[in-house]
Amino acid sequence: MCLAMPAQVVSLDVQRETATVALGPVRKEISIALLEEVAIGDYVLVHVGFALHKLSPEEAERTLSMMREAGENPERELAEGDRP
Amino acid sequence: MKYIDEFRARDLAHGLAAAIAREAAPSRAYHIMEFCGGHTHAIFRYGVHDLMPSNVRFVHGPGCPVCVLPIGRIDNALELAETHGAIVCSYGDMMRVPASKRRSLLKARAEGADVRMIYSTLDALKIARENPSRQVVLFAIGFETTTPPTAVALKQAAAERLENFSVFCNHVLTPAAIQHILDSPEVREIGSVPIDGFLGPSHVSSVIGSRPYEFFAEEFQRPVVIAGFEPVDVMQATLMVIRQLNEGRYEVENEYARVVTRDGNTKAQALVADVFELRPSFEWRGLGHVPYSALRIKDAYANLDAERRFGVETKPSRDAKSCECPSILRGAKKPTDCKLFGTVCTPENPIGSCMVSSEGACAAYWTYGRFRQESGAGKGAREAAE
Ligand code: SF4
Repeated sequence: MCLAMPAQVVSLDVQRETATVALGPVRKEISIALLEEVAIGDYVLVHVGFALHKLSPEEAERTLSMMREAGENPERELAEGDRP
Repeated sequence: MKYIDEFRARDLAHGLAAAIAREAAPSRAYHIMEFCGGHTHAIFRYGVHDLMPSNVRFVHGPGCPVCVLPIGRIDNALELAETHGAIVCSYGDMMRVPASKRRSLLKARAEGADVRMIYSTLDALKIARENPSRQVVLFAIGFETTTPPTAVALKQAAAERLENFSVFCNHVLTPAAIQHILDSPEVREIGSVPIDGFLGPSHVSSVIGSRPYEFFAEEFQRPVVIAGFEPVDVMQATLMVIRQLNEGRYEVENEYARVVTRDGNTKAQALVADVFELRPSFEWRGLGHVPYSALRIKDAYANLDAERRFGVETKPSRDAKSCECPSILRGAKKPTDCKLFGTVCTPENPIGSCMVSSEGACAAYWTYGRFRQESGAGKGAREAAE
């Protein structure tokens, strides 16, 4: 029920407040009535036929690097932790 | 697919598992409630559970919109179709949820009621336009993610003067439910449901933002980390909760920053505020009557309110005997504590709502095989069935 998918906007119909998004190989028409502004190429979170929010590529990258950092090997982290 | 595959990467998961094992202090336990069924689903589907040290435990919360709707409201939807002859439009997840006397929308449809499965609220508008001589009711359920789409449909119907369309509103609010759980005697006094911190909702938070949780973190002194629904999101957020607990902090942090901001989607919030207002009280399965925990349609849209149009009255109803859904939704019991789990009750033949929705805890336990270690009964039944 709460499943939502990130999908890329491939075309827009501003008049009808709809967009076509690509979900992997699948194309789908969704409503953009809940978004303030959106452009072709943006990634949006699609839920029950509506875009709920835009996705920030910068924040996605930041989260991934935070995860990589957390997973770095403990010896190295210890060594860093030991530094005054 | 982009923004999905990266967040399922095996190497990240292993790195995070090692970090959690390193940082979780062996001297204490960490009970982390994942509010959302979406997290429950991810935890079981990807075996996140199995990657945790034994002192890090997930407590499953009530965040499954299908599971928390009380039977009386499903009975109401059946009445709209059967007694009032309306076309009832419902999301697919709701179709198999047992109502009174083990009926369901799906069974009613098999018996001739006009129940249609929709993907979007706009599908219900289309059905109303195509059937001008029939009453069409949108059976609107869900948390803050499905509420804005219902608001859009209501406003569109009003603009088009679609007179045969109405909404049976059952939208509920996440923050009210979290507060109710934290206020419950089980958590507050008896301590039978230990909750040290929360994984906060993903998609609900994309709409309402992270700000509404600031109150709980402060008032109840529990860390809240908003987490995405992919497995490494859950793990990173778990690590963040553990770090807060280790450092004695209780703040709202946001692991799902690629979609969630502090303010959320203000356009969607404004649409919802325009159409809906708080109900003084609403019944939740498992939680009972929770004050100001649901929405109803404002007077300005009264003519589109199915409850007023058809004089809907919700009767008290009891859950199936022996079904432990109510305790499971409060985090007080596990699916394997239920006598019916895996024997009488399976996804093919569900007794309670928690076995129907893929976000329900019973369905997650069954589908992803947790019960194999925990329940001899479930195992026997499954082997017999195979
Ligand atoms: S296993 Fe079935 S009967 Fe038991 S609590 Fe879950 S849904 Fe209810």
